[in-house]
Amino acid sequence: MDLAYTEEEQEFRARLREWLAAVLPGLPAKPGPDDWPGRRAYDTAWQRMLYDAGYAGLHWPVDAGGRGATPTQHLIFLEETERAGAPYVGANFVGLLHAGPTIAAEGTAEQRARWLPPVLRGDEIWCQGFSEPDAGSDLAALRTRAVRDGDHYVVSGSKIWTSHAEVADWCELLVRTDPAAPRHRGISWLAMEMDAPGVTVRPLRTLAGSTEFAEMFLDEVRVPVSHRVGAENDGWRVTMVTLSFERGTAFVGEVVACRRTLDALAAEARRSGRWDDPVLRRRLGRLNAEFRALWRLTQWNVSEAQRAGGGGGVPGTGGSVFKLRYSHARQELYEAAAEVLGADSADLDREWVLDRLSSLSYTIAAGTSQIQRNIVAERILGLPKGR
Amino acid sequence: MDFQLSDDQRALRAGVRELLAGRFGRDRMRAALDAGTGVDRALWRELGEAGFFALRLPEAEGGVGLGLPESVLLFEEVGRSLLPGPLIATHLAAGPVKGAAQGEAVVAVLDAGQPVAHLGEADALLVLGPGNAARASGGTVRDAVRVRDAADPVRSIDPFTPLWRVADPVEGGEPLPRGERLRDEGALLAAAEQLGSAARTTEMAVQHAGEREQFGSPIGSFQAVKHLCAGMLVRAELARCAVYAAAVTADPVEIAGAKLLADDAAVRNARDCLQVHGGMGFTWEADVHLHLKRAWLRSGQWLAAAAAEEVLAGDLC
Ligand SMILES: Cc1cc2nc3c(=O)[nH]c(=O)nc-3n(C[C@H](O)[C@H](O)[C@H](O)COP(=O)(O)OP(=O)(O)OC[C@H]3O[C@@H](n4cnc5c(N)ncnc54)[C@H](O)[C@@H]3O)c2cc1C
Repeated sequence: MDLAYTEEEQEFRARLREWLAAVLPGLPAKPGPDDWPGRRAYDTAWQRMLYDAGYAGLHWPVDAGGRGATPTQHLIFLEETERAGAPYVGANFVGLLHAGPTIAAEGTAEQRARWLPPVLRGDEIWCQGFSEPDAGSDLAALRTRAVRDGDHYVVSGSKIWTSHAEVADWCELLVRTDPAAPRHRGISWLAMEMDAPGVTVRPLRTLAGSTEFAEMFLDEVRVPVSHRVGAENDGWRVTMVTLSFERGTAFVGEVVACRRTLDALAAEARRSGRWDDPVLRRRLGRLNAEFRALWRLTQWNVSEAQRAGGGGGVPGTGGSVFKLRYSHARQELYEAAAEVLGADSADLDREWVLDRLSSLSYTIAAGTSQIQRNIVAERILGLPKGR
Repeated sequence: MDFQLSDDQRALRAGVRELLAGRFGRDRMRAALDAGTGVDRALWRELGEAGFFALRLPEAEGGVGLGLPESVLLFEEVGRSLLPGPLIATHLAAGPVKGAAQGEAVVAVLDAGQPVAHLGEADALLVLGPGNAARASGGTVRDAVRVRDAADPVRSIDPFTPLWRVADPVEGGEPLPRGERLRDEGALLAAAEQLGSAARTTEMAVQHAGEREQFGSPIGSFQAVKHLCAGMLVRAELARCAVYAAAVTADPVEIAGAKLLADDAAVRNARDCLQVHGGMGFTWEADVHLHLKRAWLRSGQWLAAAAAEEVLAGDLC
């Protein structure tokens, strides 16, 4: 049990800090939440800076264009960028955190050469077309069909809740290639160009008032067979690779951010006199325990991955344990924020009010809490499959 | 950074688990319960010989020379096994109190306003100064027999832990070296016991859920049961990371967090375990009530929730 960072890791951290301190003051102001072209430009520019400085794809394998950094170095990277207030991965999320790693792990040499460098440079944005109106938690119920026509698939159907669809160039798309096969067996993983004829994107308004995600209608969209990653009808296995990356280290930076928010809440409560209320104070104290422990759990999972020789993300069921607890803790944090704000919690322009609304998605997106509990119970505890 | 158990730590944990299984397995545990015996002096000495109490004493003083993380692993096993007795106080008193390191002396602990556990069987008494983990004000050692003469027995909720109410404030006594660390370290070791209990009740629930059938299926195939079990694992694992990290850093705020989360995990997991056991869970025969009762007691000892939360709040800027 050792929480001390090695000399090499400390050097890595120091160099990164220096670089961040040098570049962050020169960044332009963040665009507004619904300025999609602005957000895309901002996020991709940041990715390009990371690329030029050698920090792009830190956790990707070297032969995929990444830096082959250890899980601990990746952890340090996420911790330091968040601490310095650097831009969040944003629109690059899907490309960097799961489509990219999936292509790196399962794609052919040509596919890697075609798709990975633009993701690392920030030139191309990916989105995730998994969910459908009738297939959310039950992902294997998906119905979007892909019918072979020579060296193309002809894809028809619809997808929903597709984050960043408006600005994406590519979509990691799950389709049914064999309707006769058992549900999990007839699925394939395709890379679809978002500006292909037949793709229509209709933004959906979230409860926070923004257009974070969209509906996607696919009407006989032609996707080259060469854009399939993995074997035909083997998409479910490829998908499990994708999802484990999604839950791996995706939330590291956010845990750091939550601890900063907690400090800010305490400062605000002190300023407004609310701190004298012992019930509120103790509630914030308990949240401090929660987020400190979540950070330790992250270090635990990362160390486990490092011992297992894992480069890259931290796939595995440990991610479900983390995601379950974190998503609820984050909601509790913003409930406490509302208490600190008092009457001001009704003011959408006050800090934390929008965050409170956004936090409601955490127990739903990337697998609901109920589904995570099923995973923990069946895959970690070995309880029998449900009915 | 390598925040995982080392090979030596794994071996240590396995060794203690084996020792406790051999000397305080389920049959012995239930026999001790039926007999109403408290501290088993022979076992106490055996633990002493195995280095249980002297674990953190320097080798030059006849100790084992290990650190807080190793102590935490020992006490996690104690929590799993339900082994009774003032093990934490004796462990903390090894060195200053004669015979404690060898398991010859039994040392209980007095925290103002709290009943004293195992006072009747103790040779010496650690008296904690007032304060919380951040500002503990030292501790002293007293002769247990003198204090007992002025104490009244309490009918304890935990059949393994006799309690005494001490009426008069106990003053005087010999000050302890590093006394200001007592409450922190005691809280951490109590948290480790809670962690062991929380992990054990999770196992008990999962085992029962896999075996017991209703409606033609193991109850563990029903989502309502499955989700209780998953919640137990998540609580125990978060507490584990908090407790282990606090053992490495020995930071008072981190210890307060570990105690808070481990108390929560032990109590709530025992309750959920009881629920998973159905009517069987409500019987004296099932072990789960023993875990719950001990977990309740420990939640109030060393550092209770309100004080821990204040420590943690005080850390926010
Ligand atoms: C902000 C946000 C962004 C998203 N981004 C994307 C994206 O980019 N790409 C993408 O493909 N998807 C995305 N999603 C979709 C997300 O993955 C799904 O919403 C999620 O998996 C749940 O599916 P559903 O919405 O169909 O709900 P349902 O599956 O209909 O679930 C409704 C309720 O029933 C419960 N439930 C369902 N099945 C079970 C079961 N077996 N046991 C117990 N309870 C059950 C659920 O827990 C939930 O409470 C996003 C969602 C959100 C909120």
